[in-house]
Amino acid sequence: MDKDNTLAPAPAAQGAPITLTGAEMVIRALKDQGVTHIFGYPGGAVLPIYDALFADEGITHVLVRHEQGAVHAAEGYARSTGKPGVVLVTSGPGATNAVTGLTDALMDSIPLIAITGQVPTHLIGTDGFQECDTVGITRPCTKDNWLVKDVNNLSRTLHEAFQIATTGRPGPVVVDIPKDIQFQKGVYLPPAGVQHRSYKPKTDPDPGAIARAVEMMAEAKRPVFYTGGGIINAGPEASKLLRELVTLTGFPITSTLMGLGAFPASRPEWLGMLGMHGTWEANHAMHDCDLMICLGARFDDRVTGRVNAFSPGSKKIHLDIDASQINKIVHVDLAIVADATKALREMVQVWKAKKKQADKAALKDWWAQVDQWRGRKSLAFKNSDTLIKPQYAVDRLYELTKDKDVYITTEVGQHQMWAAQRFKFEEPNHWMTSGGLGTMGYGLPAAVGVQMAHPDALVIDIAGEASVQMTMQEMSTAIQYNLPIKIFILNNEYMGMVRQWQQLLHGGRYSHSYSEALPDFVKMAEAFGCVGLRARTPQELDGKILEMISVKKPVLFDCRVDPMENCYPMIPSGAAHNEMLLSPDDGGEVSEAGKMLV
Amino acid sequence: MSADVERHTLTVLVDNEAGVLARVVGLFSGRGYNIESLTVAEVDAASRTSRISIVTSGTPAVIAQIEAQLGRVVPVRKVTNWTSTRGGIEREMALIKVAGTGEKRVEALRMADAFRARPVDTTHTSFVFEITGAPAKIDSFIDLMRPLGLVDVSRTGVAAISRGPEAM
Ligand SMILES: Cc1ncc(C[n+]2csc(CCOP(=O)(O)OP(=O)(O)O)c2C)c(N)n1
Ligand SMILES: [Mg+2]
Repeated sequence: MDKDNTLAPAPAAQGAPITLTGAEMVIRALKDQGVTHIFGYPGGAVLPIYDALFADEGITHVLVRHEQGAVHAAEGYARSTGKPGVVLVTSGPGATNAVTGLTDALMDSIPLIAITGQVPTHLIGTDGFQECDTVGITRPCTKDNWLVKDVNNLSRTLHEAFQIATTGRPGPVVVDIPKDIQFQKGVYLPPAGVQHRSYKPKTDPDPGAIARAVEMMAEAKRPVFYTGGGIINAGPEASKLLRELVTLTGFPITSTLMGLGAFPASRPEWLGMLGMHGTWEANHAMHDCDLMICLGARFDDRVTGRVNAFSPGSKKIHLDIDASQINKIVHVDLAIVADATKALREMVQVWKAKKKQADKAALKDWWAQVDQWRGRKSLAFKNSDTLIKPQYAVDRLYELTKDKDVYITTEVGQHQMWAAQRFKFEEPNHWMTSGGLGTMGYGLPAAVGVQMAHPDALVIDIAGEASVQMTMQEMSTAIQYNLPIKIFILNNEYMGMVRQWQQLLHGGRYSHSYSEALPDFVKMAEAFGCVGLRARTPQELDGKILEMISVKKPVLFDCRVDPMENCYPMIPSGAAHNEMLLSPDDGGEVSEAGKMLV
Repeated sequence: MSADVERHTLTVLVDNEAGVLARVVGLFSGRGYNIESLTVAEVDAASRTSRISIVTSGTPAVIAQIEAQLGRVVPVRKVTNWTSTRGGIEREMALIKVAGTGEKRVEALRMADAFRARPVDTTHTSFVFEITGAPAKIDSFIDLMRPLGLVDVSRTGVAAISRGPEAM
């Protein structure tokens, strides 16, 4: 065994031991970890921690209206800052309400520390009031979790929780603290004294693999970069290095939904997003390439389409910090298990040191092919003089906000895909969306978290009228903390994405996908103390958007759009990248096997 | 088992802390992998490590995923596949109860002797045998006992270790 099992030096060795109550330790540990904001909701089992918070001025607590909102807000905070998000909720229903958010964070690799209160230790296992098996329930939706039964282990556990959530492949963790432990006094260890006894994620790339990757890139005739959320998670430096690598090689680049912003959408090498609703050029480049360089993405089913038809003729390089992603879905020819920043830095450096050149002649032909695909203008749509087309609304929103410091969050559905396709991101950490879990209700609380971290920025939740009703109550949080978030609802009066699938796969039987009995969003905004705006025609849209931007309060914008518009391009479930539909006229035959898929 | 499904024995060395077994087992059920047998015990009190031995089955790609997914679990220190490294010894212990009289009883005792199974409880109408060996040997012994009055079986699951002087 080569692991270091020695415990941290006793605090006495560094000075007098610090004695605190468990609740005080929580606050102290958060501060020692650099936490400035937490998102939470009180209850019986966390009252001692709330008491310690009351006595403290260093941490801003954001009181949400539902614990799911706390977790999504923490996710928005984390994704837009690169710092971990922190959540504080009570036992039982507080913890169970957080589960959707934790699962969301696990799927999208968002670093979160959730602190949950628990019934006192002597009541655990007795079906006590507001008792639930929090570590049991959250085990499959956390990277790791702990029930702390000894106050002297609390500070160590909290510091380890931060280390685990933020290093390696990031993810959510839960620290469950019984109420009696919060009251008890014990010895507090500062972070410097704590080292997890076995957790050591591998982050350094294998130099041989980097050299091989550079060789493969120099030899490629039809290469494409396929990048993902891993580049964003690795930090802004990874995005810079990615840009440099693209400049050095001149290769085309596409990205997953989670990776948008790592590479500027304004640059000529950018092909747009790939996958189920990706562009014609991105998906065809993926299908026809001879070298795929996958950086921090995981071959999700939304990206690959039918796996046995996925990029059949290419060699594949896969960089991921998580070894279990290698060969999980798609067999690759070269694996690099490492931190993306380190691996990209090495690739750039080796490319330069060896004075590598891309195959210019081959690339010229490849780009000619790519330009031909681009010529299909797969994001084009038929605009209207009378109805606001949702695509037009997103385009106008982009045009009228692009010169501002704008952060976009979304809910889940057609509006999310239109936002991803049409909003042009130039920088990482400016796009917050629920990718892996596809959680309706993510966007509004996420916007709260983003605005909390960036008070002067323009934070817009591009929403659907159905999704937004799932976490609507966080409007109240926005009012309480003076967060001027903008909820821009593409109101098509349908669960549009569901309706689209019912149209394509279920004979147009729109079973329960009509948004019946919608509230009057403008009146609702006013009831919350927000500003409500509504646009019904293309003519009035710009003026209303400008008004929305100028209001320094939370705004709920009811943008009435064409209810029957579908989101294209689309790779139907079970189809290959080169079997995309560009418009309703393309038919939309879905194989029997495809109907099984989601 | 379909053609490319193989049975593999894995050993997982973990930090001995609350919930780690649940996390490992939950990974199998959550991702739809099989557990054919499972044994777990602390093996080093000083370093607080436990050893989990798992017999599982799957295609080579699934087995590789299982190893990789186990490697992701935070308190997991090391994962070894004894079936693909072929450097391991696998043993299992079983307690096997056989009831009967007369000729069958004599035959059971004779077979037990041939398999080096030891009677650890004896009455006029029954034996409990203790047997140790590779799982296949225990399988055959159980099959032989079936017509001779087999009434109950308790197996420990596989424990595995490497040959030679090295640790896993
Ligand atoms: C919590 C949750 N429940 C159900 C779904 C399934 N679902 C995906 S999109 C969608 C419809 C979303 O409707 P809306 O918010 O109006 O967006 P649109 O597609 O109309 O733009 C539904 C129900 C989901 N993604 N999340
Ligand atoms: Mg809708």
